[in-house]
Amino acid sequence: MKSIVLSTKKRDYTTLLVFAVIVFTAPLWGKIIGAGYPDLLQKFAIFGLFAIGYNILFGLTGYLSFGHAAFLGVGSYVTVWSFKLLTMNAIPAVLLAIVFSGVFALLIGFLSLRRSGIYFSILTLAFAQMSYNLAYSVLTPITNGETGLRVLTSDPRVVDTALGYTIEGSPLATLFGTTLTGYPGFYFCAVVLVLGFWLSLKIFRSPFGMKLVAIKTNQTRMEYTGFNHRPYLLCAFVISGMYAGLAGGLLAVVDPLAGAERMQWTASGEVVLMTILGGVGTLFGPIIGAATIKYFENIFSGIGDTALAEIFSFLPDAVSNLLITIISPFVGSGWHLTLGILFMLIIIFLPGGMSQGFQKIADKIKQKNKKSSTSEVKLEKDGIA
Amino acid sequence: MSTAQSNIVLDITGVNKSFGGLQALSDINLQIEEGKTHAIIGPNGAGKSTLLNTCIGLLKADSGTINFGGNDLTHGFQPHDINQMGISRVFQTPQIFPDLTILQNVMIPAFAKRDGAFKLNLFKSLRDEKEIEAEALHLLEDLAMADQRFNNAGSLSRGNKRRLELAMCLIQHPKLLLLDEPTAGMARHDTNQTIDLLIKIKESGMTKVIIEHDMHVVFSLADKISVLAQGAIIAEGEPDEIKGHPKVREAYLGSAEV
Ligand SMILES: Nc1ncnc2c1ncn2[C@@H]1O[C@H](COP(=O)(O)OP(=O)(O)OP(=O)(O)O)[C@@H](O)[C@H]1O
Ligand SMILES: [Mg+2]
Repeated sequence: MKSIVLSTKKRDYTTLLVFAVIVFTAPLWGKIIGAGYPDLLQKFAIFGLFAIGYNILFGLTGYLSFGHAAFLGVGSYVTVWSFKLLTMNAIPAVLLAIVFSGVFALLIGFLSLRRSGIYFSILTLAFAQMSYNLAYSVLTPITNGETGLRVLTSDPRVVDTALGYTIEGSPLATLFGTTLTGYPGFYFCAVVLVLGFWLSLKIFRSPFGMKLVAIKTNQTRMEYTGFNHRPYLLCAFVISGMYAGLAGGLLAVVDPLAGAERMQWTASGEVVLMTILGGVGTLFGPIIGAATIKYFENIFSGIGDTALAEIFSFLPDAVSNLLITIISPFVGSGWHLTLGILFMLIIIFLPGGMSQGFQKIADKIKQKNKKSSTSEVKLEKDGIA
Repeated sequence: MSTAQSNIVLDITGVNKSFGGLQALSDINLQIEEGKTHAIIGPNGAGKSTLLNTCIGLLKADSGTINFGGNDLTHGFQPHDINQMGISRVFQTPQIFPDLTILQNVMIPAFAKRDGAFKLNLFKSLRDEKEIEAEALHLLEDLAMADQRFNNAGSLSRGNKRRLELAMCLIQHPKLLLLDEPTAGMARHDTNQTIDLLIKIKESGMTKVIIEHDMHVVFSLADKISVLAQGAIIAEGEPDEIKGHPKVREAYLGSAEV
């Protein structure tokens, strides 16, 4: 696995630039693939960010956390509280989300990292489920239980009040006057995503990142080489928890409410799927995985029996009915079945995820483009120089 | 053996270790002198590796003390603490980072030496670590592995993995280097190259403990030899003394190495 094949500074900046262009032009290319509306693009960006952060833990250290949705939830709650108590401005809200989820991750990480392997996974799962249940029960004064936490017109918002801002209608997150819904909301998330990607790139290229991979590869060797692996793992855990909190914060920015279901284990599982589907330990994989899952979720979950009937209306009734019977369990609320099949196919045929698939295609193209390019490939590998 | 106390780098006194009913080490007393190469020989299962394992915190001795630089290594030190004090170890089964490149394998221990057991250098780029890279490259050149430096270490032969691990220890400039069969599984040519390298290290004055079955290696390197059999030291002395020692011949009887 080449998680840290180093490249040149120039290549890194090019990568970042290309990434930023792809992200910021999403409303354009999104239209072509039928994803050209802000709600879905926001999800691409937010879950992409969640997966990038998760990859720093799982991809680099190999520690499989099954509880990262807890940090997503904390980020959302903190953001909504910031909207309620301080201001509708999104900046302090997401900063607070990062801080609080970081502290929470420090606590859970400290306890969970006392074990490794499957025991670590189970500990994180247990802590996340505890958080989820607490949010529904004891913590109702903070989380508003089943109803979920909302921003109300009557909330104090001390900063906004002091500055003399008033709110008409239902309160929405703002950025110095701009309301962060629709495309402005997407662009806010997009900027954060690009920043998050840049940080992840930095970590991948840093001695810290290399040491995380070394811990994954041979923890024993790391200890006898003089490294205390615990704080390294804890840092990776906290960083990925902060990413998750930030993603949760953004969810609440584009739609100012927070509910406990965001912390459920299925949400934790989803980010694992995203990362593996896209390619564990790769720079782009997690984002590709997140976008793919959200894209297919949007398409398949939106198809009901009536929509199917419309699609097959050109066929004779008997055939069309048969097709509908066969396909309908895989769409609508049953779309997870499709996701499961997709996931199995990828894991069986491309254990390195979709980015491995892209790599294979790229290699094929390169091979065709004469042999003169071999020297270039070598240069790439020499990146450390 | 009237060396002044200050010249003893590692002082093992009265160390015992048993696994269940098996007494793997019984009352081991061993002094490693500064700048010397001390060989430990003995038949399979004699407890040689176990002895090194108790020194680096991999195993806890049942009793006895292991003094290194004024600290008793048997109490309260984690393996990384012991490495940070200046003890590096080559394992009997090579311990490397198979998924990282050969160059990265050698660079990582250098970070431990420079930055200590933990440093959060998130924003620094590996590309800017020119000094460490140059040093790693230099070492790899000595081992004739420099042109493979961007290959994954996992792809190396067993013998080369061992030499890579040696490089990983050497880049730390340890005060004490522990080598557990550094030439096992190597072709003759590689063994000789490794001996040359070890002689070079010896000339630099590094203190070494070496476990070795290959007597050619032992007699070309060792200043002093301890013979371990069934968990006890049965003989100790200069190479010439050991060669003719009757107990040693007895312990090795039937073993092909001598
Ligand atoms: N962790 C362990 N648990 C139980 N028994 C062990 C353990 N480590 C070693 N032993 C036993 O202790 C004895 C000494 O083992 P050790 O590995 O130290 O021998 P050695 O001298 O290094 O032999 P070799 O030359 O084969 O490497 C052996 O009988 C071995 O089976
Ligand atoms: Mg041994």
